Amino acid sequence: MSIERKKADDIVKGFKKRRTATLQWNFLIPVAVLSLLVLTAIFAPWLAPYPPTQTSLTERLAPPSFMEGGNPAYFLGTDTLGRDILSRVIFGARVSLSVSLLVILITASVGTLIGIIAGYTGGRIDAILMRITDISLSFPAILIALLLAVILGPSFGTVVLALSLFGWAGYARLVRGESLRLRQADFVSQARITGSSSMRIMTRHIFPNVINPLIVISTLQIGMVILAESALSYLGAGIPPTTPSWGAMVSDGRNFIDVAWWISFFPGVAIGLVVLSGNFLGDWLRDKLDPRLRQL
Amino acid sequence: MVRFIIIRLLQTIVALLGISLLIFLLVRATGNPIDLMRNPSSSEADIINLKAQFGFDKPYPEQYWLFMKGIVHGDLGKSILRGKPVTDMILQAAPNSIRLGLTAFIIGMVTATLLGVLAAVRRDSWLDNVVKFLAVLGQALPGFWLAIMSIWVFSVYWHILPAFGTSGPANYVLPVGCLAFFLLPGMMRLVRSSMLDVLDSEYIKLARIKGLPERVVIWKHALRNALIAPLTVAGMLFANIITGAVILENVFAWPGLGKMSVDSMIARDFPVVQGITLLVAALVLMVNLLVDITYAYVDPQIRYQNT
Repeated sequence: MSIERKKADDIVKGFKKRRTATLQWNFLIPVAVLSLLVLTAIFAPWLAPYPPTQTSLTERLAPPSFMEGGNPAYFLGTDTLGRDILSRVIFGARVSLSVSLLVILITASVGTLIGIIAGYTGGRIDAILMRITDISLSFPAILIALLLAVILGPSFGTVVLALSLFGWAGYARLVRGESLRLRQADFVSQARITGSSSMRIMTRHIFPNVINPLIVISTLQIGMVILAESALSYLGAGIPPTTPSWGAMVSDGRNFIDVAWWISFFPGVAIGLVVLSGNFLGDWLRDKLDPRLRQL
Repeated sequence: MVRFIIIRLLQTIVALLGISLLIFLLVRATGNPIDLMRNPSSSEADIINLKAQFGFDKPYPEQYWLFMKGIVHGDLGKSILRGKPVTDMILQAAPNSIRLGLTAFIIGMVTATLLGVLAAVRRDSWLDNVVKFLAVLGQALPGFWLAIMSIWVFSVYWHILPAFGTSGPANYVLPVGCLAFFLLPGMMRLVRSSMLDVLDSEYIKLARIKGLPERVVIWKHALRNALIAPLTVAGMLFANIITGAVILENVFAWPGLGKMSVDSMIARDFPVVQGITLLVAALVLMVNLLVDITYAYVDPQIRYQNT
């Protein structure tokens, strides 16, 4: 089949789909999972059957309740200290959610600021800012995170700082591209003719027009940040122990993988589900709000 | 072209200075790094001694000067924990990391290109759907978790592959496989979409009209141009390899730079972490420089835009 033909078919298929699809599963399921994450994080103390740090040495390494030899009191089993995995997964939602929200807030703000300034002012400032952005984009943040963990000690703040230090670059590049395009738009030249200051043009005319791509990228960032946070916690450079976090839980099970796979398995599934939902929701939003971004 | 290379080279040097300054300041941001090493049994005299030994009693500008002088001479300081020069430790661990990273890179790239091209050519076939599914899943599941689960499946359950060690080829299968899989999704997606773009172009139509066999059209004419787009993100790909290696070396207890940096992080042996970070920063900048030059060579427009 020729490519043109295929394209035409795709378009027709697209129309048909649009007409018939009333229930958008690729929107509803991710939203449901992410809402569940938020609710779990907020109501963790009421939802969890046990306190997340409560140990029970007699109930160590109990398999999940649905398995042979499982204890019905522990649905997802217990870890090496006899802590309930389900309760820890529930409490772990708090770390993932708070780190990702904070990091996205910081990186989106800084990145947007730098992107708008670079794109609107252009010239030398643009060139310098974009060089810094390019370098930041290709710098493995994990190493800076390790360095910061040595200097400041592993903590919530260290993780947020480490992930924000280079995380703004993706936003900056996107917003800069948009601003560059918007700078040529008629409404911007008209604003300039009527005597608006650069400051006013950037905040009142350009910024509102980059909000849609910002929403799309921020949603896609949820998964990225949660993955990065869990990797840092896995390595011991993340949220310090006693606070349950999914990455650290996977790491707890590393040395017991031959006797108790469930310690590592369930927190990883939680990470995967949330990241998958974030990515699907981001894709859906992109198609709705800003189909041009598809290329990215 | 020469002018372009010189400008980029100068920019790279400035960036390297910037990053070294950033790292230098970060390390000293909370005061004196020696204080991190303080333990209850060390006396004041010990501390002062250590500070003098590592040069932390000097004013900051002089410290930075000595720090940079050291780097230029290949001296990254001494490990606080083991007293060995950081450079020696890096040279010892680096070959293991390079072997792991390079093998995974080659396997990952070849697989990604193969799958990406096939998925683009047979768009919407079962193969395309498998590729898309793999890409979505690979981007959502944490690499360290997949690695641990692969240990469970292949080492614990089936007993066919070792989970530790570096002695034989069998020891390479799991770490290399996991690292390659870590690189796969992004690359596959990129090759697929850029291949779709290229297949749409006029010169591919011409090649087909000329009557060239489909195999030649796809693997020679189309692929060559489809690989330019992935080249632009080679810098990010390099960062991905580093990230993946740091994580997976720790899962598989692989004695490379990634494991060394995490072990040193846990022991709070900052000169080692600082040395590795500096080295990787320099490598990242070099890779970016090379990519820029290659790209300017392939696409002359870039040359004139940026000079």
